[in-house]
Amino acid sequence: MPSTPILLKISGLSKSFADQKVLTDFELSIQDGEFFTLLGPSGCGKTTILRIIAGFEQADAGCIELDQQDITLLKAENRPINTVFQSYALFPHMTVFDNVAFGLKMAKVNSAEIKQRVNEVLEMVQLQDLAQRKPQQLSGGQQQRVAIARAVVNRPKLLLLDESLSALDYKLRQQMQIELKRLQRKLGISFVYVTHDQEEALSMSDRIMVMNKGEVQQIGTPRDIYENPANLFVARFIGEINQFDASVIQRIDEDHIEVAVEGADWVVKTQYPLHAGDKVHILLRPEDLRVTNVEQSQGKVHMLGNIVDRNYKGKTLDSYIRLPSGNEVVASEFFDEDDPDFDYSINQNVAIQWVTGWEVVLPYEGQL
Amino acid sequence: MKKMIKGFQFWSIGLASSWLSLFVLVPSILIVIISFLSTDVEHFARLPLTFSAYGKVFDPLFLVVLGNSLKMALMATLICLLIGYPFAFLITQLPQKLRGLMMFLMILPFWTNSLVRIYAISFFLGKKGLINQSLQWFGLIDQPLNLLYSQFAIVYGLSYLLLPFMVMPLYNALEKLDHSLLEAAKDLGANSFQRFVRVTIPMTMPGIVAGCLMVLLPAMGMFYVADLLGGGKNLLLGNVIRTQFIQTRDWPYGSALSVVMIVLLSLMLWGYLKSSRSVNRKGGLGDSDF
Amino acid sequence: MTRIFRIGFIGLIFAYIYAPLGLLIVNSFNLSRYGNSWKGLTTQWYSKLLTNQSILDAAGHSLMIAVTSATVATVIGTLAAVALLRFNFRGKGAMSSLIFVSMLTPDIVTAIALLVIFLSLGFTLGFLTLLISHITFCLPFVIVTVFSRMKSIDSAIFEAAQDLGAGDGLSFRYILLPLAIPAVAAAWLLSFTLSIDDVIVSAFVTGPGYDILPLKVYSMVRVGVSPEVNALSTVLFAISLFLVAVAHFLQKYGLASSAKQQSTC
Repeated sequence: MPSTPILLKISGLSKSFADQKVLTDFELSIQDGEFFTLLGPSGCGKTTILRIIAGFEQADAGCIELDQQDITLLKAENRPINTVFQSYALFPHMTVFDNVAFGLKMAKVNSAEIKQRVNEVLEMVQLQDLAQRKPQQLSGGQQQRVAIARAVVNRPKLLLLDESLSALDYKLRQQMQIELKRLQRKLGISFVYVTHDQEEALSMSDRIMVMNKGEVQQIGTPRDIYENPANLFVARFIGEINQFDASVIQRIDEDHIEVAVEGADWVVKTQYPLHAGDKVHILLRPEDLRVTNVEQSQGKVHMLGNIVDRNYKGKTLDSYIRLPSGNEVVASEFFDEDDPDFDYSINQNVAIQWVTGWEVVLPYEGQL
Repeated sequence: MKKMIKGFQFWSIGLASSWLSLFVLVPSILIVIISFLSTDVEHFARLPLTFSAYGKVFDPLFLVVLGNSLKMALMATLICLLIGYPFAFLITQLPQKLRGLMMFLMILPFWTNSLVRIYAISFFLGKKGLINQSLQWFGLIDQPLNLLYSQFAIVYGLSYLLLPFMVMPLYNALEKLDHSLLEAAKDLGANSFQRFVRVTIPMTMPGIVAGCLMVLLPAMGMFYVADLLGGGKNLLLGNVIRTQFIQTRDWPYGSALSVVMIVLLSLMLWGYLKSSRSVNRKGGLGDSDF
Repeated sequence: MTRIFRIGFIGLIFAYIYAPLGLLIVNSFNLSRYGNSWKGLTTQWYSKLLTNQSILDAAGHSLMIAVTSATVATVIGTLAAVALLRFNFRGKGAMSSLIFVSMLTPDIVTAIALLVIFLSLGFTLGFLTLLISHITFCLPFVIVTVFSRMKSIDSAIFEAAQDLGAGDGLSFRYILLPLAIPAVAAAWLLSFTLSIDDVIVSAFVTGPGYDILPLKVYSMVRVGVSPEVNALSTVLFAISLFLVAVAHFLQKYGLASSAKQQSTC
């Protein structure tokens, strides 16, 4: 597969704030036309990286190349990069039109072209009727779109978005996620999106970089991150996870080992060089578990448990099950309206299995 | 570029702080020092250091004057509060557009010099002034009242001049009042009066204290009000201070009196900070109580 | 029912505030010298005022001091406010406290403090000391006014401007300045008001050579009733009304002009 050209290349980036090291030797490559998300909890350094790319902060060391040009020392106002700010930062004393036109005005574009481009982009975000209003007169969602319009009208090589949707309410947020993704596809510009919301990251991104405390945990497609987390942090940060600590009984072949989990011996798949006696984490998403009556599980490897709570969520039924070891797991199954046995009652004894191959095995990282 | 910013920073802060240090901070320190000096016919103030100026402060004759001054200032503050609070409250009930206009109309008279306004008051309260004329016209009195040249006149004048200083902090405090607190109180069964006493007043207390701060102390210093409306018999602290500096040239005594005012100011400031904290606000520059 | 009560109360307070002033204005056209009764319409007090050079001088001096001190205080104060907003430096807390305390100190204390420092430094009392004093008491108010009005602006917009290609100069011209002007204008007006209104500080720090309005009126009033003072007050009041109307119009126009610049198509 031919590799897509690299648009932005960061290498060796280090940054400290008042003796506190935030980034050390950080690296990042972003491809042309991709929607790239920096995901992580607050304080992990993702906003700092964004601000360094934009030019609002200077790194202590490192190199930033945009389209093979060194922009490390270039001032923010001279970079062909635009930002959509978290607070929108719309100019309160200017109309929507003037706000959007500002970047073009700074670039000394002639007024006929300004008029045409601004109107074009306002139509794209469906705000053409509000061009004469002041930002204070608009709703949050509308202000958000002005902020986006103001950035994209300049046809930047890279668009940076800093937790841009965090101020919107749930429904509007969902809608904006779809619109942003469509916009990105339409414009073909690379987006670098910063968020702490993993659902958002999964739904919008082509690739995600998960970060924690200034360190990269994993880079990959949403599917990679979700199905094959590289470590416990990523596994726990993205979605919900059930964690079993187990020890290896023996190695079966190149790809499989046998582990003892909750009183039964299971065969699991792994690439890690693990041997008998090694401790491991076995991770399973709630939707990977299968819950059955105790009778139905006879003959197949399973663990026993007791229902302590159940949560009907419309689409799914979430069952909270306590195992004899004291461990509590969550199983999430699609609600089968026709199955008479499906709705469990509290205190019912059940058997739990999982779909072979869907488990994730990670080397032991220490106590919780 | 960084040098330019540093330069700008240096000048913009340096200019203002040196000005204030030279003309506010240093002089204040000087006053405190002078209050501990002695005086004689030839010099305003000279060594040796002494407490005699403060001794005069505690002289019973002076304490009477101080007491009267405090009394008049307190009454003026009270009147301003009693008029100002309902007034500020009613303004906050008006539609947004009218509020600015009303506050502006209240400030407008300030654009005439205070002395001129006191002059107008002396007219107003005189034997042949509007008040007396109206009262006589309504048949409420036979002889014109001796309103002028009394403590009453001074208090009237002080409250007249200082009303806006009470209304502004009150208005700010009332505007910022979180109405959901009042709704919560309603929900928990409090009636109008209870809500007012237990929620509105405590929550606007910083504003009330700020208002009192801006009225009480200046009131004690407004010597020209006492001059024009008091007839020379009723003195404010400001008159006594003025006399020391302009007439008797007893600078230590005058300074000591100013120190007394500064001490009073500090006490009230402390009260303001305390009440601010109890309402959960930081107080100070960022807060727009003033 | 309560509505009438409310309007009535507000009306009463305004009557209380404006009655003495109104009286002054009315009497400035009153033939009667003592203003006890209406003796007829006249403008003679205004003509007398115009020929009374000493009053005009005093009024002129007060206006001059007010305009000058307001302007100087606004310049110094605005710079300080911007610095306080954008920079963090050692002694920021100390400076804030100094400003705060200066604002609250009663005039009389400020007055003698200034008197003391002037005499210690060997200044002769007159125009300069008066000017310095007025700048001094206006300065904290300017800083606080500009600071609090500009604080409410989202500081991210400066980065946004930079992001969109505006260097420091353009950012200043298109973003900072237009937003700062209303705050600065408000600060100037406040300073002007404080200066015109001042009696106490001026009484202490001016010299015999430079007569100002409050002191002039004071000496006139001591002698007896003076109808020219009524005329003068009316004139001053009219000037202030005019100035405020101008300020109001400027504000309206300022906001409107940015809307004219682009088209709808």
